[in-house]
Amino acid sequence: MTKVLTDDDRSIRIKGRSFLAVVLSPALPLDQWLARLDDLAARSAGFFLTRPVVLDVTELQIDRAQLKELLAELSARNVSIMGIEGARPSMMAPGMPPALKGGRPSGDIEVKQTEPVSGEVQTEPPRVEITEQPRPTLQSLVIKESVRSGQSVIFAEGDVTILGSVSSGAEVIAGGSVHIYGSLRGRAMAGSVGNTSARIFCRKLEAELVAIDGIYKMAEDLSPDLIGHPAQLWLEGDAILADKMN
Amino acid sequence: MGKVIVVTSGKGGVGKTTSTAALGAALAQRNEKVVVVDFDVGLRNLDLVMGAERRVVYDLINVIQGDAKLTQALIRDKRMENLFLLPASQTRDKDNLTAEGVEKVIGELKKYFDWVICDSPAGIERGATLAMRHADIAVVVTNPEVSSVRDSDRIIGLLDSKTLKAERGERMEKHLLLTRYDAVRAERGDMLKVDDVLEILSIPLVGIIPESSDVLRASNVGAPVTLAEPRSAPAMAYFEAARRLAGEDIPVTIPEEKRGLLGKIFARRAA
Repeated sequence: MTKVLTDDDRSIRIKGRSFLAVVLSPALPLDQWLARLDDLAARSAGFFLTRPVVLDVTELQIDRAQLKELLAELSARNVSIMGIEGARPSMMAPGMPPALKGGRPSGDIEVKQTEPVSGEVQTEPPRVEITEQPRPTLQSLVIKESVRSGQSVIFAEGDVTILGSVSSGAEVIAGGSVHIYGSLRGRAMAGSVGNTSARIFCRKLEAELVAIDGIYKMAEDLSPDLIGHPAQLWLEGDAILADKMN
Repeated sequence: MGKVIVVTSGKGGVGKTTSTAALGAALAQRNEKVVVVDFDVGLRNLDLVMGAERRVVYDLINVIQGDAKLTQALIRDKRMENLFLLPASQTRDKDNLTAEGVEKVIGELKKYFDWVICDSPAGIERGATLAMRHADIAVVVTNPEVSSVRDSDRIIGLLDSKTLKAERGERMEKHLLLTRYDAVRAERGDMLKVDDVLEILSIPLVGIIPESSDVLRASNVGAPVTLAEPRSAPAMAYFEAARRLAGEDIPVTIPEEKRGLLGKIFARRAA
């Protein structure tokens, strides 16, 4: 019985993507907080039903058993927790939602209240209003020196330009294109948040790994006549193409 | 106020301790007051290379913990009266080095000495980061081979981010000291060439120390090569590097072993 496990035409794509999650930060005593939550849920029916919710327990002094209990209470209220933020490792147990970190604050989310009185025609569906959402603008990051071994530059918002080199053992991850005015000896990943038109440019290609939109190529997959030359790499379909630049 | 130099590399065995001793003795021969400080707590070696291993009473950790005064721990060199050693502890471990303690000791040493040369331990952990933390100048010791070059590159990244100078937004002065260089083997491609190393690390070159048995011999008799064999090729290279560190602008040369015609023929055959 043979089964072809690898299919050269299709590589696995690993992408990053960010979503806006609702964050709940419970406060002690928990029974009072749950009562307030029940009160809120009664006034806006189904608010938590379809939403990804992150539980922030940074300020909460509870142990593993209490956290388990809290999760059960929330689950009974149809609040599905997708992740737990700020939990100490001692609080976590197998089967709990994964620990999250590195969250960035966004605007407050207002819970639109639904009228408990029936019979009135709902003219507007209940909606979530997000205040002060930043307007998306094209951004770029310029690094004026070399990225040394062991350092990584991660910039999901746009292009990254490196005026020096990227050393062996260093990495640059950009949401947009990567421009390197020195040698690329480490790793460069462009279009990390799903940008298929992102490219990688460098003065001297000696990369350990290049990736665009989750599709990657190792050093040995690169054509030997490109090595040591100025080059650009881009994506066509599911393949990374590369060419010399003059 | 004196200047603080850290001699660092990331990788072990590339010649940090030998270079610390040689540069210290070379700077002392310019009639400046020099102290060499061993930061390799638990694996001290600088006392051996300086020939002071039988004279260690107190050490850096004793001073940091307040068990001894700085003046009690400093050991004056027997050959040069303006060259001192502050040894590391061999019995403690690196956890005894505290950021505040190191800051206090370095601050005091800077008042009395023109040059404070810190011999960093290998690695990128506590001992190494504390040794570089207060430095004004870094000497990055590198051998012409790929693993040493990559580790030096990592250390340069740390020098630009984890030191006081970097945190204040200033630029750390960094110099590359290429050690154990063999021109014949580099030409043959067995070793990286000077230009290859410089291209990867892109910091200015302060000296090229040729591979030589004089260095090993000097270490074994407990003397910096710049004191034991001042006319040898490596010693000349260290003297040049010291002049550059002191601010002189002189071109970098690759000193060669002086051999007779017969010696050259035999060296070729042996190589």
